[in-house]
Amino acid sequence: MAEEVKLMKGNEAIAHAAIRYGVDGYFGYPITPQSEILETLMAEMPWEKTGMVVLQAESEVAAINMVYGGAGTGKRVMTSSSSPGVSLKQEGISYLAGAELPCLVVNVMRGGPGLGTIQPSQADYFQTVKGGGHGDYRLITLAPSSVQEMADFVGLGFELAFKYSNPAIILADGIIGQMMEKVVLPPFHPRRTEEEIIAECPWAARGKTAGRKPNVITSLELDPAKMEENNIRFQAKYRKIEENEVRYEEFQCEDAEYLLIAFGSSARICQKVVENARAKGIKLGLLRPITLWPFPKKVIAAYADKVKGMLSVELNAGQMVEDVRLAVNGKVKVEHFGRLGGIVFTPDEVLEALKKNFEL
Amino acid sequence: MKQEIIIAGFGGQGVLSMGKILAYSGLMEGKEVSWMPSYGPEQRGGTANVTVILSDDRISSPVLNEYDIAIILNQPSMDKFEDKVKKGGIIIYDGYGIHTPVKRTDVKVYRVDAMDAATEMKNEKAFNMLILGGLLKIVPMVKLENVLLGLKKSLPERHHKLIPMNEAAIKKGMEIITPMQIG
Repeated sequence: MAEEVKLMKGNEAIAHAAIRYGVDGYFGYPITPQSEILETLMAEMPWEKTGMVVLQAESEVAAINMVYGGAGTGKRVMTSSSSPGVSLKQEGISYLAGAELPCLVVNVMRGGPGLGTIQPSQADYFQTVKGGGHGDYRLITLAPSSVQEMADFVGLGFELAFKYSNPAIILADGIIGQMMEKVVLPPFHPRRTEEEIIAECPWAARGKTAGRKPNVITSLELDPAKMEENNIRFQAKYRKIEENEVRYEEFQCEDAEYLLIAFGSSARICQKVVENARAKGIKLGLLRPITLWPFPKKVIAAYADKVKGMLSVELNAGQMVEDVRLAVNGKVKVEHFGRLGGIVFTPDEVLEALKKNFEL
Repeated sequence: MKQEIIIAGFGGQGVLSMGKILAYSGLMEGKEVSWMPSYGPEQRGGTANVTVILSDDRISSPVLNEYDIAIILNQPSMDKFEDKVKKGGIIIYDGYGIHTPVKRTDVKVYRVDAMDAATEMKNEKAFNMLILGGLLKIVPMVKLENVLLGLKKSLPERHHKLIPMNEAAIKKGMEIITPMQIG
């Protein structure tokens, strides 16, 4: 039977998808605009249905360290927060990356810096794809632009996290978190059995087991030669992810003379900009990175030979534009348009910025 | 067919829930829908608004430049959204909350005295359904049967006993909506 089409907020979709994907544990702390994730999980009481643990921790720092502990045992564990809360989690995220543990983090971004505002923003792009925490690590970064993708990326995020033993993050914003759209929830998967976890995660700390050496979960290695080896191994893994896991969507790009580059909610607004521009005779297309890391640099570089200009449209002061410029490497003019601190641009403002920057 | 609608008023008037019921009705009708609330630090008495889009095709942006229909339930919202209605679009307002009449002459204007009707019905909570009834009379974008199904979906079960009251309010709204300026 076809799954029922439901109407729900992006945040609610994440919660329902987590239960259905067979997640073992969620650890969080409420913050607008993502509190519905924790609230929905609490209301659904999955501990009675699937045995999933849902816990409101005493702080964001506690929550990410509960994720660290759970991930170390091979469980599917996740946390969610919004910008200021995700800043608090950065130490833990760095530790998870350094210990090569799979987990899912969700950031429903709001305006910053500092405590900022509660309105939508995309100003945590740098934090997410360039580091955030300390050390040479990368986060597999998925940027949903619909409520459907909020649901779908829970499963995809865990799949990639476990495939590469690396943290994955869903980087959404207040618009996608708060808006309601149609969604078909993923099919129900039971949680993995203990035997399945041991088979899938031979590295997991599962208690002393006869016949194997103890599994040690740590990011600490005081011998620099060994620490360099670890880093070389991480980098080799990151190159593999860059090779295999780039995802993007093209919208009316085939004959485009100008290209908008936008992710998440900005990409939704930019679809309308493309429609409006084409109605006025401007051949505009939209390229939407779905993975922000790995960044779709090859396809953007290929378009640099075809189009007259690119506009990176972001709810920030110009962050992804740097990666677009690196990909394009000076071949074509790349400009940025954004609104700051929680203000969302309208389709008209974006079109005006395009016209102004490229003298159309 | 696509309807891009803004519903704006005071927090506590049922702006967001009216939008939700409209969105659920669209869902029941098999349409594409989006519901995008202003979710600022709003409170009872503050301003609240929600953008609802019902469409036969995939919806691109949930954020809009201008609207086909503006449902305006207080003066600050009139000041904010009057200019954002498309030429030939529709403004529906509640007579109780608006002191300055619509200045635009290129839009259709309707008035629903929903606050008065709700008081008469001795049910202030019927207010937003009276407005919804008015809207559906002017632009029958969803069938009444689907609105009732939408109500069922969006209300928790313990409130399903209120559906007949809501239906009565919708029908009353359809009766009392009055054209102020047409074409």
